[in-house]
Amino acid sequence: MIRVAVVGAAGFIGGELLRLLVGHPEVEVTAAVSSRFAGKRVDGVHPNLRSATDLTFCPADDVDEYDTVFLATPHGAAMAQIERWTGHSKQVIDLTGDFRLEDTEVFQRYYRSSHVAPHLLGEFVPGIPELHRERLRGADLVSVPGCMAVAGTLSLHPIRDLIGPEAHLDARTGSSGSGATAGEDNLHAFRSGAMRVFAPTGHRHEAEIARHVGVRVTMTATGVEAVRGVQTVCHVTPKPGVDEKAVRRAFRERYRDEPFVRLVAQHRGRYRYPEPKILSGSNFCDVGFAFDEDTGRLTTIAALDNLMKGGAGNAVQCLNIRMGWPENLGLSFPGLHPV
Amino acid sequence: MSDCPQCTDEVSISDSARLNEIVECAGCRNELEIVALSPTVLALAPEIEEDWGE
Ligand SMILES: NC(=O)c1ccc[n+]([C@@H]2O[C@H](COP(=O)([O-])OP(=O)(O)OC[C@H]3O[C@@H](n4cnc5c(N)ncnc54)[C@H](OP(=O)(O)O)[C@@H]3O)[C@@H](O)[C@H]2O)c1
Ligand SMILES: [Zn+2]
Repeated sequence: MIRVAVVGAAGFIGGELLRLLVGHPEVEVTAAVSSRFAGKRVDGVHPNLRSATDLTFCPADDVDEYDTVFLATPHGAAMAQIERWTGHSKQVIDLTGDFRLEDTEVFQRYYRSSHVAPHLLGEFVPGIPELHRERLRGADLVSVPGCMAVAGTLSLHPIRDLIGPEAHLDARTGSSGSGATAGEDNLHAFRSGAMRVFAPTGHRHEAEIARHVGVRVTMTATGVEAVRGVQTVCHVTPKPGVDEKAVRRAFRERYRDEPFVRLVAQHRGRYRYPEPKILSGSNFCDVGFAFDEDTGRLTTIAALDNLMKGGAGNAVQCLNIRMGWPENLGLSFPGLHPV
Repeated sequence: MSDCPQCTDEVSISDSARLNEIVECAGCRNELEIVALSPTVLALAPEIEEDWGE
């Protein structure tokens, strides 16, 4: 058993981490940090955890002994507090945007603030098992990518040698992507039924995808009706001579042994392409594509649950890899259908 | 085993398969017709398009 602390435990990602970690057979959750709810029961904020835990939230100062800490605070807070957490734990798994980019200038451009711990930027291993599994086995500092960045990256990386240097990505996200403290703009009255283009250009995750895939990325992000779920649709130009079979082979071979990535590109059936609806609560990222032989255009599609493979589930997968446990420990829920 | 003409995934064909039988490819889920036996030749059966955007 290892002892684990979750910082930002009252938030949406914090709650999902608690759900996974409280049920994890090799983990004891020793601290759930929240300033607003310190002293209150965890299941008061996360009612799905009733009877699963008697834990109460605690302030950060009460946290002393733990092996791994998960940081699920807003971005900015993780880098500001990083010395405190690295000083008290063997491993830090950060889910904020603070350590996702390598380059301070790129960070400044996308986050509009300077980095307060630039010496650590290159030290964090990206929490993408599909790209960095070997490094993650020994990683004490892990930075879990953004939800839309995971989807976009997994839908492009296997074919990066088959496509031109530019990718145009259209992403849709459910409202939980904005967090539990999102404020007035996220009121049901404003959000329900809307298809809000909240980032027509320049979304932060485009820098992450570009970093991991090695192509130029432009991205549009739209908030849609769902609570959970991310879907990315990405338009690229295949290199001359590349056909549907080559693309399928590249995806199939790359993801054949991956426990949480499935190729979904069917010509028949009800869910022919990746659809976030059936992935709620599961750690899968479904990846698919469509090839238009007439125009030579290639469209890739990916779907995931932003709180799972797009955040907390991916973080727990990274923990499992680091500890040498089966990768799907605590993550085997297959999703619901119908839902 | 025989390769799907659409996606190149391997499609398993049972020993008792008969000519003109329809099998499904696990990769692209296309329905494939067995148009020849020993060796097995598969051909794409016609599909019905889905359209939600009218
Ligand atoms: N939501 C998603 O789909 C998603 C997916 C992947 C990654 N992420 C990342 O995960 C992080 C958390 O996202 P979220 O959606 O869970 O946000 P959230 O629901 O707003 O939760 C953030 C939590 O952080 C705590 N907090 C606020 N300021 C803090 C500070 N200065 N120091 C320590 N704790 C602080 C808050 O609790 P108290 O005020 O009670 O302490 C709050 O509950 C973000 O960095 C986000 O980018 C989110
Ligand atoms: Zn096929």
